[in-house]
Amino acid sequence: MKILVCISCVPDTTSKINFKENDTVFDDQGVQFVINPNDEFGLTRAIWFKEKVGASVDVLHVGQASAEPTLRKALAIGADKAIRIDTPALDAFVVADQISNYLQDNPYDLIIAGRESIDYNGSMVPGLVAAKSDIAFVNTCVQLEIDGSTATATREMDGGMEVLNVDLPLIIGSQKGLVEETDLRIPNMRGIMQARQKPLEVVTAVQSQAKSAIQNFEKPAPKAAVKLIPADDIDQLIDLLQNEAKVL
Amino acid sequence: MSVLLFAESQKGKLKKGSTELSSYGFALAKQQNTTFTIVTVNCEDADQLANYGASKLINLEMQTKHFEAHAYATALAEIATKEEAKIILISSSADAKYMGGILAGKLQAGYVTNVVGLPVSSDPLTVKRSVFSNKAFANTTLAGAINIIGLSNNVHEEISQDSSTTVEQQDVQTTSKCTQTSLEQSEGKATIADADVVVSGGRGLKGPENWGLIEDLADVLGAATACSKPVSDMGWRPHSEHVGQTGKPVATNLYIAVGISGAIQHLAGVNASKIKVVINTDPEAPFFKAADYGIVGDAFEVLPKLTEKLKARA
Repeated sequence: MKILVCISCVPDTTSKINFKENDTVFDDQGVQFVINPNDEFGLTRAIWFKEKVGASVDVLHVGQASAEPTLRKALAIGADKAIRIDTPALDAFVVADQISNYLQDNPYDLIIAGRESIDYNGSMVPGLVAAKSDIAFVNTCVQLEIDGSTATATREMDGGMEVLNVDLPLIIGSQKGLVEETDLRIPNMRGIMQARQKPLEVVTAVQSQAKSAIQNFEKPAPKAAVKLIPADDIDQLIDLLQNEAKVL
Repeated sequence: MSVLLFAESQKGKLKKGSTELSSYGFALAKQQNTTFTIVTVNCEDADQLANYGASKLINLEMQTKHFEAHAYATALAEIATKEEAKIILISSSADAKYMGGILAGKLQAGYVTNVVGLPVSSDPLTVKRSVFSNKAFANTTLAGAINIIGLSNNVHEEISQDSSTTVEQQDVQTTSKCTQTSLEQSEGKATIADADVVVSGGRGLKGPENWGLIEDLADVLGAATACSKPVSDMGWRPHSEHVGQTGKPVATNLYIAVGISGAIQHLAGVNASKIKVVINTDPEAPFFKAADYGIVGDAFEVLPKLTEKLKARA
């Protein structure tokens, strides 16, 4: 089985978010970049398949060379090969175009992409790739078993779960549940050394037009100070929620 | 040329956010100087949306009896083309986000999710959306010939209109790429996605055996229950209840956090909620800085009292 994990490179979850150049550009100064957590859950499941049932695991990133340390980390925790499609990831359409184009010449049985990146929160790439490449897609996937050429995938919905049977090839939108937080791997020295020898291919991008563009960023308005209510005055809290906040 | 809203239903009944979306759709059509059309699928009570300014309401009769993203996206792409839709409006539900990417790919449409209000400009079409898990907003220009707007929950007022809405039924044939083999869905219970109130518990509750306190309060408020990341990681509660940056996002009217200190990742996931109440023994808990109302106190004393008083009020 050939697995491709699409990886986005995002600010660490504890990062302070700031902008520069008149609030038009994300300020990456002092920001630690990591594999997007939703992608990492998918990657870890892919490595599980590799170790338990046999599979090859490639990771793909659409973006610039600054992401290569993050790709090396993916290699260090067990991926076999990294591919970077060399173009600025202007929006989800550009990213999906590049992935779909790559899939034309490089078919995979299973394609994994996080259900959303924690930076731009678009939630678009796996669905766009599914449509462009005409491949079955299961989003918010929390369990995945593969038997020969069919997959059984559990999708988390609002207030429930559904189990879907799908023929491969398949794209899933990955998230926590596919593996547990405790299953995530920290690269060890041996992995890091091996990663240096593993291939990282840089692929020329195809022409693609963005369909959206960020004009500028805004920060949320500063919040008023909390109103503290004495623990023995629950009536006051109920009164405030009812008459001031009007949410009861 | 029109604004086309896909209003979701479940088991034939409209989902809760449909009226908010319809109100937004009408305001959007007015701003764009065009007509407003609502599309539903296998919906029995679509006529409830007849008073929201749409000129037309189309209910698609589909063979598939449950939501199926590929089939729905195919059907919507066809109807959007036929109706010459300029903007397609969808929600931020799990189903809508599942379908949205496929729909955008099929139509070669521009698409943005988590939009928090009416477009800030019509030409070029520019919308404000939340990014970096609610830590910022991005004013984003859409450049598709057709564009899809995914609207966040709880961002637009519900306003009904006197309308002369015509109602049509259309049969649609679709094929599906996935076969559903089982479905578990809570019925009649508020979900984190559409509840007006969410009651959420953290490590301060000391163990899963104490979750009755959270559930009792949620019951009396008709709220959904949620939890912090450590609580789901320790297996006290299912992952599906984990809210935060890597869990589910919450954009509810009232979010009550009990025994949750308020790590930056948790705050990111719940910040879109309108009113946040924090109950925590530690006055230094960072969550108090992000809260509207706070009680420094022991959940084991405060929650039973709060539940009792709310019950008496009801």
